[in-house]
Amino acid sequence: MTQIIDRRLSGKNKSAVNRQRFIRRYKSQIKKAVGEAISGRSITDIDRGEKINIPAKDISEPAIGHGSGGRREGINPGNTDFVSGDQFERPPSGAGGKGGDASNKGEGEDEFMFNLSREEFLEFFFEDLALPDLVKTQLAKMTDYKSVRAGHTPNGVPSNIDVERSLKGSLARRIALSAPYRAQLKEVRARLEALQAQPDPDSDEIKALEDEAARLKKRIDTIPFIDTFDLRYRNRVKQPMPTTQAVMFCLMDVSGSMNEYRKDIAKRFFILLYLFLTRHYERIQLVFIRHHTVAMEVDEDDFFYARETGGTVVSSALELMYEIIKERYPTSNWNIYAAQASDGDNWDDDSPLCRDLLMSKIMPCLQYFAYVEIEAKQPQNLWREYEQVDEAFGNFAMQRIHDLPDIYPVFRQLFKKQQA
Amino acid sequence: MKRNVISEGTEWTFELIQEYDQEIARVAAHYGLDTYPIQIEIISAEQMMDAYSSVGMPVGYHHWSYGKQFAAVEQRYRRGHMGLAYEIVINSNPCIAYLMEENTMMMQALVLAHAGYGHNSFFKNNYLFQTWTSADAIIDYLIFAKNYISKCEERHGVEQVELLLDSCHALMNYGVDRYKRPSKLSAQQERQRQEEREVYLQSLVNDLWRTVPVKQAAEQDKREAPFPSEPQENLLYFLEKNAPLLEPWQREVIRIVRKIAQYFYPQRQTQVMNEGWATFWHYTILNHMYDEGLLTDGFMIEFMQSHTNVVAQPPYNHPHYSGINPYALGFAMMTDIRRICEEPTEEDRHWFPDIAGGDWVKVLDFAMRNFKDESFIAQYLSPKLIRDFKLFAVLDDDAKDKLEISAIHDERGYRYIRQVLADQYNLGSREPNIQVYNVARRGDRSLTLRHSQYNRRPLNEDTDEVLKHLGRLWGFDVRLETVSDDGTVEMTHEWKEKEKR
Repeated sequence: MTQIIDRRLSGKNKSAVNRQRFIRRYKSQIKKAVGEAISGRSITDIDRGEKINIPAKDISEPAIGHGSGGRREGINPGNTDFVSGDQFERPPSGAGGKGGDASNKGEGEDEFMFNLSREEFLEFFFEDLALPDLVKTQLAKMTDYKSVRAGHTPNGVPSNIDVERSLKGSLARRIALSAPYRAQLKEVRARLEALQAQPDPDSDEIKALEDEAARLKKRIDTIPFIDTFDLRYRNRVKQPMPTTQAVMFCLMDVSGSMNEYRKDIAKRFFILLYLFLTRHYERIQLVFIRHHTVAMEVDEDDFFYARETGGTVVSSALELMYEIIKERYPTSNWNIYAAQASDGDNWDDDSPLCRDLLMSKIMPCLQYFAYVEIEAKQPQNLWREYEQVDEAFGNFAMQRIHDLPDIYPVFRQLFKKQQA
Repeated sequence: MKRNVISEGTEWTFELIQEYDQEIARVAAHYGLDTYPIQIEIISAEQMMDAYSSVGMPVGYHHWSYGKQFAAVEQRYRRGHMGLAYEIVINSNPCIAYLMEENTMMMQALVLAHAGYGHNSFFKNNYLFQTWTSADAIIDYLIFAKNYISKCEERHGVEQVELLLDSCHALMNYGVDRYKRPSKLSAQQERQRQEEREVYLQSLVNDLWRTVPVKQAAEQDKREAPFPSEPQENLLYFLEKNAPLLEPWQREVIRIVRKIAQYFYPQRQTQVMNEGWATFWHYTILNHMYDEGLLTDGFMIEFMQSHTNVVAQPPYNHPHYSGINPYALGFAMMTDIRRICEEPTEEDRHWFPDIAGGDWVKVLDFAMRNFKDESFIAQYLSPKLIRDFKLFAVLDDDAKDKLEISAIHDERGYRYIRQVLADQYNLGSREPNIQVYNVARRGDRSLTLRHSQYNRRPLNEDTDEVLKHLGRLWGFDVRLETVSDDGTVEMTHEWKEKEKR
């Protein structure tokens, strides 16, 4: 009559939909809590979940019941010394006779508390933002495969036969199989020679030895030149190739006018962009290019902390970036993003060059290019040239930042949902 | 004693569960437990939390409140504030019992005996469950409800359906027939259907007659006739049938919530009995098996530890006290009935002449079948138990300055305590009595509800909010009048349709 069913593998997360609905419904409250959490955290620490408190009364489900008051009588267990007719003062609040404080665990009954996962937290953080061009990402959701060599196998299709390997195998087999016969043959021939060298050879014995040699020779010859056993085929396996990969170029001016403060702003800008990309891509590579009059690809430490002095030639960085793209990041496999931070200074004659570089070569390869100008008093010539790029390309954005608190709003504006 | 123990270790396997189940079934049959077939489902802790948050329904429609429930359960579980229940059992045929994979073999056996045979036989035989729930159909109905509601979501938008469900949930406790019995005779249904046909034909005829001038006096009479003709206790049913502005799918959703509320209603009325019954039987069955030498001493020690945890009743002044533990009270009462049958004292013979010295299996079976918490306590709570639990009654009357101990566990107090405790489990007095009183059919179409006050208790502060939901379903003004104990009527809450905007 009894039936046992193992359900452990099926139907996990049955409540996921309900949870989503709950979060959607209390979006404004949760958003407020997320906002508070963000202001209380450093930006580098943004990438984790959060405990959310919502006032319990906001999310209670109303139900009619009895309020306090009126006449009520209750039964309690564990009487120690009451006798009927005893009277005593009402306890300050709560039902009569109840001992113990319910919430001494640092968590009030008035608050509904639950955990927002890291993903959900960031979802709120990035709300209203979307990648400007998600076409590639969507394509990449279907995993691409590339076939990769994976050694050799003893069976396969004829077209994959590796001739050299197969012949090597054949040779080895032939050597191995014929070895005992050849040893014997050698011995027989030696004896034969010795016999023939004698003044009076025994013709019978010579005959016998010759027969033996012929027999051995035949044995050796019957070993096949090539056998199916020798065949080796080139093996290829399909490897999933995530195209949900992105590369992010960080370009920064490190000329003398970029002081620590400006670099700090730039850094936070890059971090936010990076975080944003982690929401959409499985793998992200970072390329750091810093430049003054010449550009260099450096590691992260050098990028942010090494100091340089001198003038500024922005086009050097753009050229280097283009070369790196050509060399290492074919656009068919990579979603390419670029973020450039500068204080706006550039060598005057160089700015039109930058514009041309961007418009003719770089922009067609990119998903998005974001440019921020930090603490510039006046729009400089680079800004004016970039404005032309901005007009020509929808996936180009530029913004001026003045102070630390500007970062987040600027970031939002940079990536604000494009009305399709 | 001969020993042929089923298993030694704590690890469970499917084979072992089967073996234990066979033995438990044998013992249960020995005691005459009548059950549905059992469907044991092994689930993980996470799935248990899922089951928790959907109020134990194996399939449920989507609603944010279940998500909230899940978040709360998960939070408390993660922080270690609570353990998960060892079992959830569903009143269905076959009876579905969940076993958690983390449980030890002992625990699986305990849950099997408790849920698979205890609760199961209660579901099958208690009169409330027999009257109000149909175990054969519930799973199918829940699947239907889930599909229907998701279809509505597709057609009318998640938002619309959610608002409607919110309103229905707010009135869920008023979606049950407390006193009326459901019609189950097919002849009766037939008659009803026929009546419906008649009404339909009549309505066609009425249309013909509408143009004929009616006598003034007759019109007058009609205007006076109140609607509904009798007060209606099932608010959701009333709305489903009579709310003027609802669309058919909205009525169907109300019906779904109402049906589910009705399905759970017996469980809310038989907590003490149901848990007491199941606890009594896991205790009795496992002890029986131990006496037969099927269980090891280690198993028994582990079992006793779990069992005593379940039936612990902290006294009123204990920090962990949160009311009377239904497991403790129910188990104690069931055990006590057996004691009264087997070893009655003078006192028992005086209080329970019918059952003292009787066949305990039969007496318990009768009690399980024919009572709910309220009547069960009123019938079977013995003076000995009142003394054992040291029960005392506290009277809190807001007309008086002080609380009063109205009775304790002494000769004068037994009956009084028994009565007050029984009343404490009476859903009728625990929940405010609110009924549909009148609809102003010719006027502003407002709906008037009447709350009959109980012991001068006022309604809580959620009432206005619930009235808003009621108004959303009704579509016109809603008023709530309170009838106090002395019979005076006063309008206490009102929701105006205009406020909607």
